[in-house]
Amino acid sequence: MSGARKSAGMPIEARRIALYLVLIALMLAAPFLFPGFRTQLAALWLMIVVALAWDMTGGQMGYNSLGNVFFYGTGMYVAAVITIALAYDVGEYTSAAGGGIHAFTDAQYFAGMALGIIGAGVFCAVCALLIGYITFGLRGPYFAIGTLGVAIAAGELVSNWEWVGGGQGISLPVYPGDLETGKVVFYFLFAAAGIALFVLLRWLYTTRFGAAMNAVRDDEEKAEAMGLHTLRYKLAAWSIAAFFVGAAGAISAFQLIHFEPLETAYQTINLGIFMVVCVLLGGKGTLWGPVVGAVLFHVFKEVTWNYLLGWQWVALGALIVVTVVYFQEGVMGYLMRRKPEWFGIRVGREAE
Amino acid sequence: MSAIIEIRGVTKSFGGVVANKNLSMTVEAGGITGLIGPNGSGKTTLFNSIVGYHPIDAGSIKFEGREISKLPVQKIARLGLLRTFQQTRIYGAMNCVENMLISLPHRKMRLAQSFARNSAAERKRAAGLLEFVGLYEKRLLRAGSLSFGQQKLLEFAMALMNEPTGLLLDEPTAGINPTLINGLVDRLKRANREFGITLFIIEHNMRVIMDMADTIYCLAHGEMLAHGAPREVQNDRRVIDAYLGAH
Ligand SMILES: Nc1ncnc2c1ncn2[C@@H]1O[C@H](COP(=O)(O)OP(=O)(O)O)[C@@H](O)[C@H]1O
Ligand SMILES: [Mg+2]
Repeated sequence: MSGARKSAGMPIEARRIALYLVLIALMLAAPFLFPGFRTQLAALWLMIVVALAWDMTGGQMGYNSLGNVFFYGTGMYVAAVITIALAYDVGEYTSAAGGGIHAFTDAQYFAGMALGIIGAGVFCAVCALLIGYITFGLRGPYFAIGTLGVAIAAGELVSNWEWVGGGQGISLPVYPGDLETGKVVFYFLFAAAGIALFVLLRWLYTTRFGAAMNAVRDDEEKAEAMGLHTLRYKLAAWSIAAFFVGAAGAISAFQLIHFEPLETAYQTINLGIFMVVCVLLGGKGTLWGPVVGAVLFHVFKEVTWNYLLGWQWVALGALIVVTVVYFQEGVMGYLMRRKPEWFGIRVGREAE
Repeated sequence: MSAIIEIRGVTKSFGGVVANKNLSMTVEAGGITGLIGPNGSGKTTLFNSIVGYHPIDAGSIKFEGREISKLPVQKIARLGLLRTFQQTRIYGAMNCVENMLISLPHRKMRLAQSFARNSAAERKRAAGLLEFVGLYEKRLLRAGSLSFGQQKLLEFAMALMNEPTGLLLDEPTAGINPTLINGLVDRLKRANREFGITLFIIEHNMRVIMDMADTIYCLAHGEMLAHGAPREVQNDRRVIDAYLGAH
């Protein structure tokens, strides 16, 4: 019995390595194989990042945040402010927007980009600790609505804050150099964030920390009664998620060049909902679910946006309803139930 | 013997219902103390008060000489005072081994240490304790798929994994197959004797608690009815009346 198990285990490991190699090759080659789709491919990696980050609290811990887009928007603004502040006075720069011409040297641009991405991540991680300290007292739908409120309020506040451009938004310099090179650079920045987060989570979910996350989801009261530092785990997890969403927002800021607060930065009904749909579609609380969901969702969205113009929101709404009502386990949940041997899961009955 | 839990003048009410009225008890370190009383007499409420599940209206609760009546649940658990639930709580979606590993004593764990995998020694301890309660064969089953009695045993093993100094057990034998009760009683005694864990046990089954406890407290309608050695309590007229009257 145990011998059969071992020999069944080997090919799974080999197949898994082969799968990872193929995916890495595909990731590296994609922007050159499909040069016309570089921006869409970059957007796909953005979806993977925000979906993986959302699942950390939503899927693994049972805290469904509807406000993660707060970190995306805040990351954009933090990156913009850092980049501008390196070369100009931010208030002057934003009030001159449109009229004044502000040139950035290559050094200023790339320094701003590097500091902006890291700074946005760190700033958002700290925000998550502060907001989480208050909102993690809320459970279930109250947490979802509470965090959504934070994102909506932030959008409104920023649109009235003239120093960062108010409702007009803010502009960053264009990528210095060839336009197509710029697209490739942004593709790889998003891809790097996605892979870094995936690798981090792949490890994290095997640690005691990962087990504690699931304990909070399965029975938080029991976890408290056993002395787990539940708040600590919730804050740490959300903070890591916020770091990556904030960094992704920063990359978006440079990619989009111009963005404004309500439609782009704090876009609660677009990205804020899309990231949740990705996770539900792919499978909550699984490592691969958010990735698979992001790919399926992104393809669905690109196809409907291009071929069903006028009806794209209806199609999207239908997808959400079907997922939530009929397919809650998602693709990975379905596969794990139907094909446990693919995942090296030993069916319980065997152990009896 | 010294006192490990000291309860003095504890009162707790829910709206108009006074669930605990001016209760005072002492749980001796290293022993087994029983808490009995008819259904609804306030036993679970007292346990909830001790472990910080809800604030008390009046009185004092000390654990190892330290006032704990204002501490939250997690802090009290990390001091080494744990409870199991009458309605049994385990992590249903995880298997038994995972349930055990998540129950490691978190009072010793720093955040940095949580970013490591479980050590071989921890896995061995988990397996050993599952063996101890007779669940080793079921260790890879989803905990939620176990019978109610097996879930109770798992919850007990999880508590032991946490290395508590004091353990409050809320009706550990309720719902357990009668043929298995003797085995469980034996394990409870061994946990007390071999692991040195002080036990405070709510028990409905008179025979079981008389056999285990050194001291027994009996509640009725939220008030202390009698206390003393098992034999004294067993023969106390008021206790007999309360039990007969309750049925
Ligand atoms: N959370 C609560 N809210 C309201 N009433 C409660 C609550 N918990 C217990 N009670 C009441 O307190 C009394 C004692 O209950 P309990 O402590 O569960 O008794 P026992 O464990 O001895 O059976 C009962 O009348 C019960 O209805
Ligand atoms: Mg009770």
